Amino acid sequence: MTALPNLTPAYAEMFLAIAGMALLMVGVFRKSDPVRGVTMLAILAFAVAAVLSISTNGAETVTFNGLFVVNAFTGFAKLLILLGAGLAMLLALPWARNEGVSRYELPVIMVFAVLGMMMMVSANNLISLYVGLELQSLALYVLAAFNRGNLKATEAGVKYFVLGALASGLLLYGSSLVYGFSGTTSFAGLADALTGAESNAGVIVGIVFVICGFAFKVSAVPFHMWTPDVYEGAPTPVTAFFSVAPKIAALCLFLRILVGPFEDLMVQWRQVLTVICVASMLWGAVAAIAQNNIKRLMAYSSIGHVGYALIGLIAGTQEGARGMIYYMLIYLFMNVGTFAVILSMRVKDRYVESIDDLSGISKTNPAISLALTALMFSMAGIPPLAGFFGKYFVFAAAVNSGLIPLAVIGVLSSVIGAYYYLRLIKIMYFDESAESFDCPDYSTSLVMGVCALAVVVFIFLPEPLLAGADAAAAALFQG
Amino acid sequence: MNGFVENLPLLSVITFTPLLGVLLLLTIRADDPEIVARNSRWVTLWVTVGTFLASLLIWTNFDSSTADFQFVEQAAWFPEFGISYHMGVDGISMLFVILSTFLMPLCVLASWDAIKTRVREYMIAFLILETMMVGMFCALDMVLFYVFFEGVLIPMFLIIGVWGGARRVYAAFKFFLYTLTGSVLLLIAILAMYFVAETTNIPTLMTTDFPFQMQFWLWLGLFASFAVKVPMWPVHTWLPDAHVEAPTAGSVILAGVLLKMGAYGFLRFSMPMLPLASEYFTPLVYGLSIVAVIYTSLVALAQEDMKKLIAYSSVAHMGFVTVGIFAATQQAVQGAIYQMLSHGVVSGALFLCVGVVYDRLHTREIGRYGGLVNNMPKYAFVFMLMMMASVGLPGTSGFVGEFLILTGVFQVNTWVSLLTATGVILGATYMLYLYRRVIYGELVKEDLKDMLDLSRREIAIFAPLCVVVMWMGVYPMSFLVVMEASVTKLITDYHAALDANALASGLVDGVRLALGR
Repeated sequence: MTALPNLTPAYAEMFLAIAGMALLMVGVFRKSDPVRGVTMLAILAFAVAAVLSISTNGAETVTFNGLFVVNAFTGFAKLLILLGAGLAMLLALPWARNEGVSRYELPVIMVFAVLGMMMMVSANNLISLYVGLELQSLALYVLAAFNRGNLKATEAGVKYFVLGALASGLLLYGSSLVYGFSGTTSFAGLADALTGAESNAGVIVGIVFVICGFAFKVSAVPFHMWTPDVYEGAPTPVTAFFSVAPKIAALCLFLRILVGPFEDLMVQWRQVLTVICVASMLWGAVAAIAQNNIKRLMAYSSIGHVGYALIGLIAGTQEGARGMIYYMLIYLFMNVGTFAVILSMRVKDRYVESIDDLSGISKTNPAISLALTALMFSMAGIPPLAGFFGKYFVFAAAVNSGLIPLAVIGVLSSVIGAYYYLRLIKIMYFDESAESFDCPDYSTSLVMGVCALAVVVFIFLPEPLLAGADAAAAALFQG
Repeated sequence: MNGFVENLPLLSVITFTPLLGVLLLLTIRADDPEIVARNSRWVTLWVTVGTFLASLLIWTNFDSSTADFQFVEQAAWFPEFGISYHMGVDGISMLFVILSTFLMPLCVLASWDAIKTRVREYMIAFLILETMMVGMFCALDMVLFYVFFEGVLIPMFLIIGVWGGARRVYAAFKFFLYTLTGSVLLLIAILAMYFVAETTNIPTLMTTDFPFQMQFWLWLGLFASFAVKVPMWPVHTWLPDAHVEAPTAGSVILAGVLLKMGAYGFLRFSMPMLPLASEYFTPLVYGLSIVAVIYTSLVALAQEDMKKLIAYSSVAHMGFVTVGIFAATQQAVQGAIYQMLSHGVVSGALFLCVGVVYDRLHTREIGRYGGLVNNMPKYAFVFMLMMMASVGLPGTSGFVGEFLILTGVFQVNTWVSLLTATGVILGATYMLYLYRRVIYGELVKEDLKDMLDLSRREIAIFAPLCVVVMWMGVYPMSFLVVMEASVTKLITDYHAALDANALASGLVDGVRLALGR
């Protein structure tokens, strides 16, 4: 009874926890400006955590008395999270230098946020799920208000915190209802308790609350109100981080919990999710049209993308799960790439965020405008770019599950969405040129180039990228 | 030599050579934009000429006695989803590949002096466009087809938007969003077909039987996309805007190749895969096509802008094509394909004719011209030939297509044939009227008197077009023979599917009758 639990599956998380604390020490005790060193070390820590996560990746293993699980799916999800966080960190490096930010806490808090996300996707019990989620959320609240001297950032932080706390409350309340009506919090126990049982009103209400809590975390309509403000108020590298890592983590968890313990209640949760998904796609497409701040625009764009990713979840099949994982993978590259472009929008040593600042940059900064063009066409889902395939596979899953109306709404809203992506291209290529941008930093250009290239050449080499996703989806549906 | 050609993945070579040209263009390094522009022009010209010559190899090695797909290439792409990289041509698609590669060098030549800004980007856009077009006609997998079909939008959007006329932004958005809306419904139909057949392989789908109820919806999904591309009345309104605002070469490709994509879609997908629904919806297609032929001809008559006039005439001519396809007789379908090829060459040439005077006077308003025959005799000759081909004068390419279509349709439905035939008369009216106002009359306007006749570059553009138009008019067999086997198979399969269905429903009726209910 007193024997130590099997620690092997959790090596990556444990390493990251220790690394986070160690980085804090490094930051405190280092005499010279610690930001650069701590950031580099944090990227290194992510890389090591990724290696550890891959090395423990294999057959499904449960540990800590059933609280923690690893399998191919959690492994792949963690890789995505680490990749997104690492790329965002690379973007933070020149940003901190340019803005003269000398607070080393940013990378440290990001490490803890990532730790929370990794705990979340590996959770095998409602309790451990909540602990992971809260670690992530608390870290994110701080990150949102990181520019504490700025009014907008403070507003964003407070808004995010209040609404986030509400969402956590909903989630907790839903969990308690589920526990009350089924008698267990473990995922395996829930799966047993809910199998074949007559649909129990209490459990269903509980699940609806849980879904609402998650919908907030992935910023799906109607729980999206915080997104534009937080995206605008937070420092841009943090926004890049916000738009990928927490979303991927929450969507993965969403997938795990709904097709795992709650699989037998699919008829019920499908209705709720369909409403959320349709609303997200449509509102994400329509509301973005009126935006002039590119970060707000990206906020609505991400709301729409979450809607598309949710289609895969609603399909509720292995094919759907695979489509959703593909979607997140491709979304990661598109989004981080776009934020790299946003971070290279600097005029005379000052960051600019209005989309009008992009006017005519195809003449002055052809490389940046080419990269953004590829990314925008990809986001709009135009073949032969990667974004098309992301959409293709989720829509394929939806049609195969007989959800043709949902797929039709999806493709039509993608046409509406195409308008505002095209608008950015129009501004860059068709309008008269405004002031040219400063030469982007090395690491920003690197991230931008890698992401844009990934989006373009995806069509030629889909196999290696997708092999991991296939294994991940298969692991999810083993049981 | 023969073995070498057989072992070469010829279709992939033709499809992706332009992309290599793009890489080549990207390597041009020079500080002087003038040098970059000149090099870009020459590189693009040689790449497109090379691609055209390579594509002629398909024709010379083509076996026109079989309806099977030839030069087939297949490789795994998304094996988990039954999607493969699958290329091949038959008698229907082969000539469109040649048409695309044939028009491309002419477009480069036509843009030689007309495009002065961002020449390299322009040429890159055209080369990407060529890859997409050729790939689309060669694709034997529906997803691959869709990738190329939609991929066309990206370069075309930029070509119209960056190098277009005054209202280019509006036209580019309209073009893009209109086409995209139709296409996404095609995507849903592709997914639904995949759901039934477990593959997106086109030859397999051609032999898959879809239940009628499903065919009904699938057909509408495909129709949404192809009708916009053709374009059929009433979803043709993007076309005049796109044509008017696009640069000359852009209009040539739009009219010459992109409009054919929709009709090609009907031939490749709607007819063979969904025969029951195609028959069911034939009256709808007839109706829309007849409206297109008569209404847009009348609209063309009222135009003051030369490009707009030709754009509307394109809609009318494509009305002939859709009537011919859905009449589903050997002559009508062959005529429809012939008409598409002819229209590709002729309307492209007409847009180039407009481009010639536009480059000199920078206006397309018909009223600004008049009496050009006096100082531009060569131009007047070329314009006359193309105008006659557009009208369908015997001896030119236009006649063969229209005549075959009308004969073929007459066997099925005399009224449709009669109403469509009015388009020939109306076509003659607006074209002759245009010609009279631009070419004939007194040369009174001062600025017109200084206009020079065709330069050597322009003669180089028009000479091949004139030759092809005459060749297609005088000796059509060299083209008809290529498509004959494939069209025969298409028609036979189509009617066999209809008969089988009629037999089945007849049996059900018979059983009902025998049981006395």
